Amino acid sequence: MSKKLIDFVAKHFADEVLDSHSRLGNDTVVLKRDRLPEIVERLRDDESTAMNMLRAITSVDYLNRIPRFEVVYVLYSISKKHMLTLRVVVEEEDCTAPSIHHLYGAAGWMEREVWDMYGVEFDGHPDLRRVLLYEEFEGHPLRKDYAKQASQPRLDLLVRERDSVEEFNVFYKSKPSEGSRDS
Amino acid sequence: MAEDIYQPLDQDIHTEPMILQMGPSHPATHGTVRFTLTLDGEKVIKCDTEVGYLHRGFEKECENSTWTQVFPYTDRLNYVSPLLNNFGYALAVERLLEIEVPERCNWIRTIMGEISRLSDHLTCVGAGGLELGAMTAFLYALEGRELVWDLIEEVTGARLTVSYGRIGGVKDDLTEDFADRWAYTRGRLQEIHANTHKLLTRNRIFLDRMQGTGVLTPEMGISYGYTGPVLRSTGVDYDVRKDHPYFMYGEVDFDVPVGDTGDNYDRYLVRMEEITQSIRIIDQCLERMEPGPVNSDDPRVVLPEKEKVYNSIEGMINHFKIIFEGIQVPPGEVYSYTEAGNGELGFYIVSNGTGKPWKIHVRSPSLIMMGGLHHLIEGGLLADIIPTFDTINMIGGECDK
Amino acid sequence: MAEILLSVVKIAVIVFGFVMLVASLMTLLGDRKQSAKIQNRIGPNQARFFGFSLAGIPHFLADGIKMILKENVTPAQSNKFLHTIAPGLVFVPALVGWAVVPFMDHYCTGTVQTLPQMNYTEVCVGGEWKNYFSIMHFNSGLLFAFAIAAVSVYGAAIAGWASNSKFSLLGGLRSSAQMISYEVSMGLSLAGVLMIYGTLNLNEMVRMQGNMFGDWLPMWGVVVQPLAFFLFFLAGLAETKRAPFDLPEDESVIVAGYITEYSSMKFAMMQLSEYAATVFIAALIAVIFLGGWQVPYVYADGIRFLDNHWVPFGEDAWYWISIFLRIGAMVFKILFLVWLQFMMRWTLPRFRYDQVMTLGWKILLPLSIANLFVTALVLAIL
Repeated sequence: MSKKLIDFVAKHFADEVLDSHSRLGNDTVVLKRDRLPEIVERLRDDESTAMNMLRAITSVDYLNRIPRFEVVYVLYSISKKHMLTLRVVVEEEDCTAPSIHHLYGAAGWMEREVWDMYGVEFDGHPDLRRVLLYEEFEGHPLRKDYAKQASQPRLDLLVRERDSVEEFNVFYKSKPSEGSRDS
Repeated sequence: MAEDIYQPLDQDIHTEPMILQMGPSHPATHGTVRFTLTLDGEKVIKCDTEVGYLHRGFEKECENSTWTQVFPYTDRLNYVSPLLNNFGYALAVERLLEIEVPERCNWIRTIMGEISRLSDHLTCVGAGGLELGAMTAFLYALEGRELVWDLIEEVTGARLTVSYGRIGGVKDDLTEDFADRWAYTRGRLQEIHANTHKLLTRNRIFLDRMQGTGVLTPEMGISYGYTGPVLRSTGVDYDVRKDHPYFMYGEVDFDVPVGDTGDNYDRYLVRMEEITQSIRIIDQCLERMEPGPVNSDDPRVVLPEKEKVYNSIEGMINHFKIIFEGIQVPPGEVYSYTEAGNGELGFYIVSNGTGKPWKIHVRSPSLIMMGGLHHLIEGGLLADIIPTFDTINMIGGECDK
Repeated sequence: MAEILLSVVKIAVIVFGFVMLVASLMTLLGDRKQSAKIQNRIGPNQARFFGFSLAGIPHFLADGIKMILKENVTPAQSNKFLHTIAPGLVFVPALVGWAVVPFMDHYCTGTVQTLPQMNYTEVCVGGEWKNYFSIMHFNSGLLFAFAIAAVSVYGAAIAGWASNSKFSLLGGLRSSAQMISYEVSMGLSLAGVLMIYGTLNLNEMVRMQGNMFGDWLPMWGVVVQPLAFFLFFLAGLAETKRAPFDLPEDESVIVAGYITEYSSMKFAMMQLSEYAATVFIAALIAVIFLGGWQVPYVYADGIRFLDNHWVPFGEDAWYWISIFLRIGAMVFKILFLVWLQFMMRWTLPRFRYDQVMTLGWKILLPLSIANLFVTALVLAIL
């Protein structure tokens, strides 16, 4: 509500700020991406802000806009009870952002989820792999150009692990019934 | 780590660590989680958590549905307390729309939310007893949960996947005999609560297993994003209902239990105390509620009454446009947060002005708690994973979205 | 020839008639109906025996038939021979131990006289003692029973190893470690009893429990060795892997422990052997500590209390009445102890592995050694 946090960021890192607003009660600052860890560290350690809790890291895909992605960080201070949203602009060709895993332990899995869903790589993250989907998944599903009904390639099963459904298909494909898709 | 205890073959006793998969189908990993454990005897040296076995693509589905069609998806997030998810999402969209709901709607949302929280905590406490071997405590808690679900079924029509919240209000008012049913349920719940206390709280074996295991320090809790009863058991007094009141939490009188050591026993005690406090909140709400309208009267958001829909052209067009095109939410983004059963449930919603959301991100407490779980498990015994994982109360639907 | 026939009849009645019946009934009544009562629910009540629902008792017949008809799965890479015989290795010791448990004193073909001045011993006048009520008259019966209980460790360990699964292996390791830890305390508490009664023969031990201190307090094991009773009860619970010590087999951590990979009749044998072992430990406790077949103040030639002596219904009829009373007392004590063990199972959570070991080695063992010491001192003084 008060613009105290926006003023703090604007005062110390004026040339990183692209935009800021306070609509709907959320203080938001739009930033360039390069000095983000420094800004977040300053926000965490300074006594006047003391933002010791990282609430969420997520990403938004604005498909028809250049730059395409924005990575959103929501910070909160338990003692001072104020919240700040940082939006970092990321381009499609250079889809990376700096990692803040050394500042907050929670950032580890949150950044993995953004990589999983949007394909934004985080520089410096020690273990960047998929968290919600399986490793062999192709593509990044929450991007707007990933169709909801897109199917994934079938993984090769070892002969020993063939399940009953596959056996059924193999057996009945050789003599499909009348009018079925395979006849 | 594992390399330290691996001794080459020419030593006297050949030792190597054992890799055990506590896999997705295991009686203790309810909610399907996979732990790849490296064990030295019974001690856990390294634990690798793998989630995502229940990922159903909630966020992608929501981008293809209208704002009201998202409500059934939110039921299935934290499926033991679906009403809290419904109302959290409704609150977020109402903030984007900048509309106010009537007072009775807020009272109803508080009551039904707290009833859902009762169901969540009873399940967690009961499952804790079951996993440790006290099956009787489990069945007592489940009897309490059945009574709570009977209440929910009376009001909303379903026990588990309720879809009760709506943008601008709730689906229906409470039933007329709600206060009587609540009086019976609350008496029985207090008996069950007292019985469970007698069975578990001072039981020597229960204390041995729960005290001192799975210890979480406040600094680590805040850094790893823990919220809710888990963080409060470490001593940090953070509750969204008290710090940033929403609905009617600012008007009712309740205490927030805070633990001090952050081990499993404190988490269990915090949840037991929260059951008592939820009952207290519901009592106060029922006393102070006044009859009145339940939904907001903004025609852009709330469906008109059926008489107007069938008997006038304006009502029919209004109904048609809201259903087919969805509620037209002005463009913008908002992060709104409420206190769910496991912690802070946040919704980051981006709208581009149409009837379908552009993006909905769920800040699910369970997923973030699983990220830090390996620190709680490593260094302990194999048998300590069970109470730790249970008191964290990871719900699969919320964790994997 | 008559001896062999008599032994076969005794084995049939005691082992199949009593033990298996009690073990099966207990799975139903004790385990499921009793737990249902505690937990505010009904329990199994749907099985009917020719149209009669005998309070849900036919369920154990239904369970047995169901178990036989299930598919017998053996894990692919396991040691099939060991996997198949392991249930037998667990089942047989639970039944063999019954060879020495006395259900009633020896039968006297003449008349019995009790000699109160000689510690209430019973003498058979004009006849001889015949062993009709226990399968073997074995002079080191207590040692035999204890040794047989120790053999069941093999079954659990082999079952755990032969299943080719890490969870089963953990269960087998835990069970063998737990059982051999608690056997030490069991043995030492029995040593105290041995010092007082001076005999290993179980029937003699029960006879000696007919003595009365000051003519009114029967010299049961629980009276002369209360601490040993408590220690033996706990150690016996841990030996048979009953709750709260059931971590080898039923913990949520290791799925079902060493029983995980068993199905159909092998699983049924494992479960049944666990219940049979429970009944066996209950019988041992009843015999050693709770007076076995003794009913207080009831002797074969009348009721004696302080200095009074009544013979209701006449001498001969009283002898038969005393026989039935005594067998009934033994059965009642066994059933009571089994019921107690089941009640403990359904109320208490289970221990963690290191807590079980701490309890066995650091608490029960010193207590049983101390008990031995104090008993020796008291016997030396008196």
